[in-house]
Parts: sequence; C-alpha cells; structure tokens
Amino acid sequence: MQKIKLENINELLQSMAQIGKVYAPIEKAGQVNYYEWNKDAKLRLDVLNTVKSAKDVFFPQTEDLASFKTEGKEISIQAEKPLDEDFAVFGVRACDVKSFDILDKVFIEENTDEFYKARREHGVVISHACNEPEETCFCTTFGIDASAPKGDIETYTVGDTLYWLPVTDKGKEYSAKLGNILEEADESQVNKQKETIKAIMDKLPLKDVTTQAFGAGKTMEYFDRPEWKELSEACIGCGTCTYVCPTCQCYDIRDYDTGKSIERFRCWDSCMYSDFTMMAHGNPRKTQTERFRQRFMHKLVYFPDNNNGEFSCVGCGRCVAKCPISMNIVKVMKALGGK
Amino acid sequence: MCNCANGNIDKLIPQLAVITDIRTDTPDVKTFRVVGVDGKINFDHKPGQCAMLTLPGIGEAMFSITSSPTNTEYKEFSIKRCGTLTDALHSVEVGQQIGIRGPYGKPFPVDTEFKGKNLLFIGGGIGIAPLRSVINYARDNRDDYGKIDVLYGSRSKEDLVDYEEMTNEWVKSRDFDLHLTIDREQEGWDGHVGFVPNYLKELKFDTNRIAIICGPPIMIKFCLAALIEMGFDKTQVYTTLELKMKCGIGKCGRCNIGSKYVCKDGPVFRCDELDEIPNEY
Repeated sequence: MQKIKLENINELLQSMAQIGKVYAPIEKAGQVNYYEWNKDAKLRLDVLNTVKSAKDVFFPQTEDLASFKTEGKEISIQAEKPLDEDFAVFGVRACDVKSFDILDKVFIEENTDEFYKARREHGVVISHACNEPEETCFCTTFGIDASAPKGDIETYTVGDTLYWLPVTDKGKEYSAKLGNILEEADESQVNKQKETIKAIMDKLPLKDVTTQAFGAGKTMEYFDRPEWKELSEACIGCGTCTYVCPTCQCYDIRDYDTGKSIERFRCWDSCMYSDFTMMAHGNPRKTQTERFRQRFMHKLVYFPDNNNGEFSCVGCGRCVAKCPISMNIVKVMKALGGK
Repeated sequence: MCNCANGNIDKLIPQLAVITDIRTDTPDVKTFRVVGVDGKINFDHKPGQCAMLTLPGIGEAMFSITSSPTNTEYKEFSIKRCGTLTDALHSVEVGQQIGIRGPYGKPFPVDTEFKGKNLLFIGGGIGIAPLRSVINYARDNRDDYGKIDVLYGSRSKEDLVDYEEMTNEWVKSRDFDLHLTIDREQEGWDGHVGFVPNYLKELKFDTNRIAIICGPPIMIKFCLAALIEMGFDKTQVYTTLELKMKCGIGKCGRCNIGSKYVCKDGPVFRCDELDEIPNEY
C-alpha cells in the first residue's frame, strides 16, 4: 500500500495525466460528473454519487459509430475506430465499479461491442472507498462493500491522506509508471477506516432491503401483479432513473446530417419513453404502467434470468435521490416482494 | 470505403450493398434485390433470419430476408411501405447503394425439426416474406421434406405478394398445394374468399405436419387457436414475432420481452415457447 497527502493530489493527477487521460469526479456548473481532468479542474473526490454514473466513461451518453457520405446513388461508409489509447478513471465508488461487471455481461459476453470492449481494455479503474455512505445507499443489498471497493487500484481517504493499493496486474503496471510520487504506507489506518465505514453502513435506513423475492424464473409470478398500476400511477416518464442508472444500457441509433456527412451515432435511451417500442404498426407498450414494469422486471427478473441470478442494480441510490415523484426500485421491491 | 481490413469492426457498422432490381408486387409492397458492391452476397443466412438495411440520413430497420439461402447470387427483401425508412426505400431506383448488416436472429429449424415432415405454411399479407425463404428452401431441397401446403391470404388479389412466383413456379413443385384466399369478393377473382383462419378450418388439415404461421398479430392469434382446435400441439406450430429493433444483437433493449430478445432469441418462436414470455407483442 502507498499513500500521498491530499494537498498534493494534483501532483499525483498530473503524473497520471502524463500516462493517459484521467476521468474523475469533477464539478462543472454546480454538478459533479466524470470529466477529463486537467490542472484547472475542480476535483470532488468527496462527493459520493456523481449525477451521471461512471458508466459514461465506458459507455458514453453519445458516441459516433460511422460516417456516411452520399453522392447520387453512391454511398461511402467510414466506420469509427474503437479507442486505442490507455486512460484511467479515478474515484469510482464500489457500486459503480460493480456496474462495470454488469455492463460487461451485456456488451462483452455475447455479440461483443467493440467500442465498449476497447474502452474496458484500455481503462484502468481506480476506485475510492465511501467514507460516508448516505441514506439513499443500499449497495449491501447486492453484496457490495462500500468500505472496500474493487477495481484495478483501490484508494481510501483517511484524514488528510489518500491511500493507494494496486490490486490487479493492470493496476500494478499503471502504478509502476507513476515513479516515486507515492510513498510506502502500512494498512493500519485504512483497516481502521473500513471498520468505521462498516459501522455506518449497519445504521443505514435501507440496509434491510432484500432481493430475496426476486430473481430468475419469476417472470409470470410478477408480470401481472396488480401493484404495477398503483406503483406507476404518478410516473411522468421522464426517464431520469434510466439516465442516472449505472446499469441501464438501452440505447438508440440515429443518423444526423451535418451538411458535410451523415453521422450515425448511438445514444442512451430509456424504456420509460413511449417512443422506445413504437413501430409503424403500433406500440406494444401502450401505457406508462407497461413501460414502468419493463424497467423493474428487467432489473429484478429478466436480467437474472439471463445472468445466473445476478441483478441489474447496484444500490447506488441515484434513482432514489433523483426521481421527481419519489418512486424507485426500493419501493417496487418492498411493494412486490412483501417487505 | 469500409476499412474492414483493420480487424475489429463493430457489428453495428453496415457493409455496402447495391439494389440491382426492384419488383413492384402490390400497391404497397416492393421486392428489392440486393448484392454487395463486389457483386457477391454480403453474407450467408438461414431461412427466417433478418438483416438491417440502411439509407444514410433516413435510418436503419430490420427486414426479413425473403430469398432462400439456396439462392447464392443475391438477397431479396419484400418491403411494405408503412413508415419513414420504407417510404424512402420505395422511392429509390435500381443502382441505389444501401448499408446492410446481418444476418440476425434464430432461423426456422429447417435442418432439424422440419426435416422429413409435412409442412403447412400459413401467411397473411406481407407475412409471406419470411415464409417465402423457407418455402423456396424446401422446394430446392425437395427430398428432405414431405407434402407442402401453402395457405396464403390478403385483403384483395392486388395485395397478394409473390403471386406470379406462387402461381407459375410453386404450384409446379412435387407434392405442393397452394390455397389462396382474399378477404372480400372481387371482380376477376374466382378463388376462395374469406379470412385466413376460417379458410384454415375449412381445409381440415390433419395434424401430421408442422405449421408455420406468419402475418398480422391478430391473424397469428386466430390461426393458432384454429390449429389447436384442429388437434395440433403447440410444439408443432412455429411463428415469428416483430418488435422495434435498433441493434439486432440483443443490447439496445427495444425488442426485449421477458428474458427474450426477439432480434437474437427470435424472430422465430415455437408456439409453446411463447407461453413462457409475457404477451407484450
């Protein structure tokens, strides 16, 4: 384990930026999101949940796929190339780190998405333990330990010091490139901190939320439950939950005419929108109740069905904090799961 | 220019193809013949599989490949004019280049469950498009299958897609019966009149066959009910589902019903498999 004084963290980031781009929680216009770090950036390592999750780094909100040029009846297609340079994402909380595993199942395991895979291969994940989990947090429901986040390199803030622990080969290689900016440290302070965090997690209001009632093979058990109507009644279909969610991965593909060429791009989309399933001959999900049900059934039943029982939620609590009508997966689990 | 040489081109990137022939089948259905720009087909496929077609700036959509894989010279797509992209496709001329990617989806089990069986195809309107691929595949491998019956209906005689091929070529095949019907009486039509599910019941097929249904959802529903009434088991009946799709590889989320993605787990489903997914199609 190594360490550096927090007052010198910009020197660390400067060294990291020389290896490759560094994405970190940075404040812009009052919001903290993952942006590329530079020396003028306002790093906010203290903020627990960025507005958009860290998935933005590997699965960007919008990205170009290809460019078309047309001339008369002829077309040329220029494919975008997958990323070919190393980068790091720094300050990722345990829940968001876990979300990368879930996204990997979608984008890498079958019909690999080359754009996503290239970013995962080139990206070093540097996690950061949560010193003060919030009342919207329920990562423990999914077996995630906020006091000991996974990742290629784990980091911990204790007092005025950042502790740094390379775990994977990728993390060790990356750390080796940093030279002697970090000094050797023992683990005692970090271990003490972990105990303090665990004590906080034990007192969180959502610590008893359980997924026990859900999982693979339960489609028919939950699909026609009458509770969906009432749960979805106030949903305004804004899609905020899907945009802040670290595991939501639905996307749209569209063409945009720039005047010089036609850009085919991919962007995040939401199953909460009526357009999502709209076809020339009609819409199979006609009401918000059906769209609302789709989102939660996918996270709690369909995804586990296809992924050995694993849920598509990491308990980050962003939807709990951001939904304008205060509806969220916790309420859905309680209402349908009987707790 | 597609820079396919650089290795890991993503599956979402289309290849270049050219429309070499356009046939007007009905007032709102045209059949497009497509080959790669090098004159060869862009990829192989199996009956029932689909492909994504692109017109740059208009968009991309999934269409079933109506030609049989036994045709290795070109692919055909029978496309009904019913939306933004299909409108645009209907206005292009021969020689137009397009983007194509695929093949997508689970095909009909022509080399396994269908083999050696009598086949009953039930189609309605543009629903003949995926069936034509299987029918011509079975005709080209005639010894591998038993008796073939095709029951096909549309609103009027002008709306019968592939009418020329059916009446000129299909009927000449060995052990092959064609049963056409149109919804309402029409001058110049001396064939059967009535809806497909009703005609299906009138024809009184025995259950010693596999049935393959493709058409509007309401027709599928009533035909399946009719077949069950006639004594068919759901495991003998196949159909195809159609939902909005963007990626074709089970990621964009649009065609997700239950734990299935129609683009990769379908579009072909055996009817007993449909009991395991919610009725959201």
